[in-house]
Amino acid sequence: MKYAYYPGCSLEKNAAAYGESFTAVADVLAQELVEIPDWNCCGATEYFSLDPLPAYALLARNLALVPKGLTDLVAPCSACYLNLYKTEHHMAERPQLNRDVNTALAEANLSYKPGTVHVRHALDILVKDVGCEAIAAHVKQPLRGLRLVPYYGCLVVRPGGLGSYDPEYPDALDRLLEALGATVVDFPLKAACCGGHMPQINPETAYGLIYELIASAASREADAIVTLCPMCQLNLDVYQAQANDHFGTHHSMPVLYFTQMMGLAFGLSPQAMGFGQEFVSAQPLLDKLASPPPPPEEEPKKKPQRSKKALPMPSLR
Amino acid sequence: MKREKSESTLYDQVAAIPGGERLKLCLQCGTCGGSCPSGPDMDHTPREIFAMLMAGKREEVLKSNTFWFCVSCYYCTVRCPQQIPITAIMYQLKHIAAGEKKYTTDFTAFSQTFINMVENFGRGFELGLATQFYLTNRPLAAVGMMPMALGMLTRGRMALLPTRIKDLNGLKAVLRKAKQIARQRDREAGVRA
Repeated sequence: MKYAYYPGCSLEKNAAAYGESFTAVADVLAQELVEIPDWNCCGATEYFSLDPLPAYALLARNLALVPKGLTDLVAPCSACYLNLYKTEHHMAERPQLNRDVNTALAEANLSYKPGTVHVRHALDILVKDVGCEAIAAHVKQPLRGLRLVPYYGCLVVRPGGLGSYDPEYPDALDRLLEALGATVVDFPLKAACCGGHMPQINPETAYGLIYELIASAASREADAIVTLCPMCQLNLDVYQAQANDHFGTHHSMPVLYFTQMMGLAFGLSPQAMGFGQEFVSAQPLLDKLASPPPPPEEEPKKKPQRSKKALPMPSLR
Repeated sequence: MKREKSESTLYDQVAAIPGGERLKLCLQCGTCGGSCPSGPDMDHTPREIFAMLMAGKREEVLKSNTFWFCVSCYYCTVRCPQQIPITAIMYQLKHIAAGEKKYTTDFTAFSQTFINMVENFGRGFELGLATQFYLTNRPLAAVGMMPMALGMLTRGRMALLPTRIKDLNGLKAVLRKAKQIARQRDREAGVRA
């Protein structure tokens, strides 16, 4: 399929690994991405915080710039995705907002008619449009032996009813990672918050949230946390050292994008997938993949023998 | 208790958002605060804020750090048994507080600095945001940020210069007009008078 592509500011630089791996993976799966010409920042959570109407106008400019003939917009960043989604839906639901936003857009000879663009997240198009079976068919190097934590964060799965994901316990990424051959770790905090902007607002709050996620993944002997959001990656990876310092721990948990894992499984080079840009090195994971441990020999299961000294047990028969 | 002088109370201004009328259905169950990642560090949990709004405690609500500590994770919104749009209410409180000088803090400054970057370039600019925010608001913390900034730069994860969109003038015109309409709508709603 052909999509209007909204990379968002993070993917240009701090999440370049996400941008590089997503476009590469889309290419392998024969999905065409047409970058929206001259797109602008989505305003993150900050613009909506201070002044919602200009925030809607900022976002609607991107919707207005979607090339004619394209109906689906794909955004890999969770915040970009939710902001664009909210704008599209709120303009459709609120006539006055729609009029106000279009009055503002007219200043740049632009307009947007709600309902013309379908805003979607990268995970959504890969799981729904391409499908896990088709993805599995492209796997050349299965991620066998890797224990991966599927981490969704907040914005793609919540604002309830906005998507078709369970807001508390989604499983789309779980299924995708399984299709790559990885062992998916059942992770109770899979949709918990990474701290968002709290490292800037009140660092201690952020460290607590980061620590819980990292420690929980480590206790499940995960090889990496796999994420779909640049903010989650940044907080868990870049601030992991600070969180460690704060709690006196020594965790070393790589935090990678799901598209990087897809690229690896498709046989693309780690370098082309942006490996090495992470603060907490993913080299141990790459080494493990290069020399997978021999599969554990299946021991024939013996029926546990009761000790002869044991007290007699009541029998159902 | 003092009554609000202005015609519309803070409660009315908050309840004016789409779905905000459900605020009156709050059960005071505390699911919001219990689900909130920042809850333990907030001056008041969202539940308390709602009780304070109903009691007309405008000053105390707007001085609280609660809505600035909201990370916009939407746990409260999806879990609220009364389907109150709690996250949207937190956004509205930020919007109202940011409009009055006496309630602005360096939390407001972070959002404003981010917005300035977007308005000046059309794109986010992390180095500019971090430098301007920390040097202006938290100079001591800026020193601690240096190793991280260096790490970002050496890994190629932070740009030294901002990227500008082509039609920056068009974007600025759109935002100027949107702000003009926004102030008119605020006046109509009695917000940020």
